[in-house]
Amino acid sequence: MTTAIALSAKPRNLSGPVGVAVLLATAFGLVPLVGSDYLFEAILTPFLALALAGLGLNLLTGYAGLLSLGSAAFMAVGAYAAFNLSLRVPGLPLPVSILGAGLVAAAAGLVAGLPALRLRGFYLAVSTLAAQFFVAWALNRIGWLSNDSPSGVINAPRLVVAGLSFEDARGRYLFSLTVVALLTVAAWRLVRSPTGRNLVAIRDQEIAARIVGVKVARTKLLAFALSSFVVGIAGVLWAFAYLRTVEPAGFNLDRSFQILFIVIIGGLGTLRGAFLGAGFIVVLPLALSRLGAVLPGDGFDSGTLEMVQRIVLGALIVAVLIREPAGLAALLDRAGRRLRLPA
Amino acid sequence: MNPDLAFLVEVIVGGLLSGVMYTLVAIGFVLIYKTSGVLNFAQGAMVLFAALTFVSLVERGLPFPAAVAATLAVMVVVGLAVERAVLRPLVNQPPITLFMATLGVAYVIEGAAQLAWGTQVHGLDLGIDDTPLEFGGVLVSLFDLFAATVAGLMVALLTLFFRYTRTGLAFRAVADDPLAALNVGLRLPRIWSAVWIAAGIVALVAGLLWGARLGVQFSLSLVVLKALPVLVLGGFDSIAGAIVAGLIVGAAEKLAEVYLGPFVGGGIEGWIAYVAALALLLIRPSGLFGQRSVERA
Repeated sequence: MTTAIALSAKPRNLSGPVGVAVLLATAFGLVPLVGSDYLFEAILTPFLALALAGLGLNLLTGYAGLLSLGSAAFMAVGAYAAFNLSLRVPGLPLPVSILGAGLVAAAAGLVAGLPALRLRGFYLAVSTLAAQFFVAWALNRIGWLSNDSPSGVINAPRLVVAGLSFEDARGRYLFSLTVVALLTVAAWRLVRSPTGRNLVAIRDQEIAARIVGVKVARTKLLAFALSSFVVGIAGVLWAFAYLRTVEPAGFNLDRSFQILFIVIIGGLGTLRGAFLGAGFIVVLPLALSRLGAVLPGDGFDSGTLEMVQRIVLGALIVAVLIREPAGLAALLDRAGRRLRLPA
Repeated sequence: MNPDLAFLVEVIVGGLLSGVMYTLVAIGFVLIYKTSGVLNFAQGAMVLFAALTFVSLVERGLPFPAAVAATLAVMVVVGLAVERAVLRPLVNQPPITLFMATLGVAYVIEGAAQLAWGTQVHGLDLGIDDTPLEFGGVLVSLFDLFAATVAGLMVALLTLFFRYTRTGLAFRAVADDPLAALNVGLRLPRIWSAVWIAAGIVALVAGLLWGARLGVQFSLSLVVLKALPVLVLGGFDSIAGAIVAGLIVGAAEKLAEVYLGPFVGGGIEGWIAYVAALALLLIRPSGLFGQRSVERA
């Protein structure tokens, strides 16, 4: 949240057009050919969904400087909105229902963002918890939202677009990848547009922003809406492409914190940060359980593993904030510069 | 007394008493926020850690007073460690960064507590029956009365401490203006350490009372979520605010659950306090007792 993060818009290795093209070619072309179902289902699809959620939260927290502790609520709104749109409007094409879900999530974000007009800082962060708890309650109690299924569990509709099925592991990966790629491009355009600059302006110096003519209230609400739109679609991917069956409890406060951690670890105020952070969050438990298996003794049981994971994650958050407040993205930048300019 | 009215009084009294329990947690936040500007999300984790340590020691055969003393010592160490290892390197960072760091601290403490003492649910018996007492047709839980007394005692002690001791005076000076306090020779790091120790002690008291009420388990650290609306309403920097807001939130929550809950399917206690606090803030943006210097739009 310092200006140092804001203005680090120099060309970098992987954000040049060539780097992006190589990344996309690998993700769309090479990975589907060589990847296993395990890779798609357990790593890449959740990674993409979480990265997108992180991207959305980063628009709000990293760029506009408004802390939200309710991201999981907007993921839930997106997932349940898409479920209902597919269920209640027969023949609605999947992309349209996903887009609609994003818009519903954006509307929810707008409402949740209203306190931002009068509150700031901690008061605002705490107020976003209201959204978190209210949404969880509504999804559990209002049967209509989950088509009266017990305890609000919903199943994904069939992932078919224009006759093409994306039902298998590889298909769901490609589906997620396409959505994430499109939204990332949109976000990239956004943060370089005047609107994106307005977001950064109200984060860095709200009074100055107001003086140069930024409409602060409108920009804050816009940040909430845009962020929730992206987070809502991430919720759709999480529910439909990754889990296939979700209950409201899957979008609890821990999920919100997870997404916040992705943004902090990856780097506040960078688009790549969300991807780096999400990759880290997805790989960390797998790496720790491997480590547990290698250690002498009988390894970690699942309870211990969960606790160790909590400790490592918490310690990492603290370490990142102390040592590298700009996150993995800044680390990577520095490494890249060293490689290009050997001392 | 008219039974309907008696019931209403019972609901309100029950709500006020549970509000005192919220205040108990909220005070831990206020202590730290007032003196260092940190909203310590780990306060709930500290409550869990204290209760779990205490219960585990008692279960291992330590007598009650010894277990209290040992837990107190552990909490002092935890408070000092957090202050030294996390907060001090982050001095002068924006408040939101500090808050996120305490989120990380909460994860570490929760994980460590359960790694050390296990994840099973422990009962905690303070030797106070939860028998209802009757006052003119109104039933009041004895345990709630006891908890309210303890909380009241603690607030009184804290108030006396702040008003009549040199350390208390130093706390107030730092809260008022850290730079001026530094200028007249107060040692900020020492005061921060002291305040984290105080927060650890408050966490122990809250942990014992909440643990006796709910059982000692992971969900104990979620009492932080009950304290946050209280803080928003009362102002993060006011002990008086925490008390009044705790009472309001407790009573409002119970009233809403009893009289509004049946119409909307119940279970609204998770969010009604937040909505009530927000609604009040929209009318009165500086909260009930928050200082006007608190940053608000």
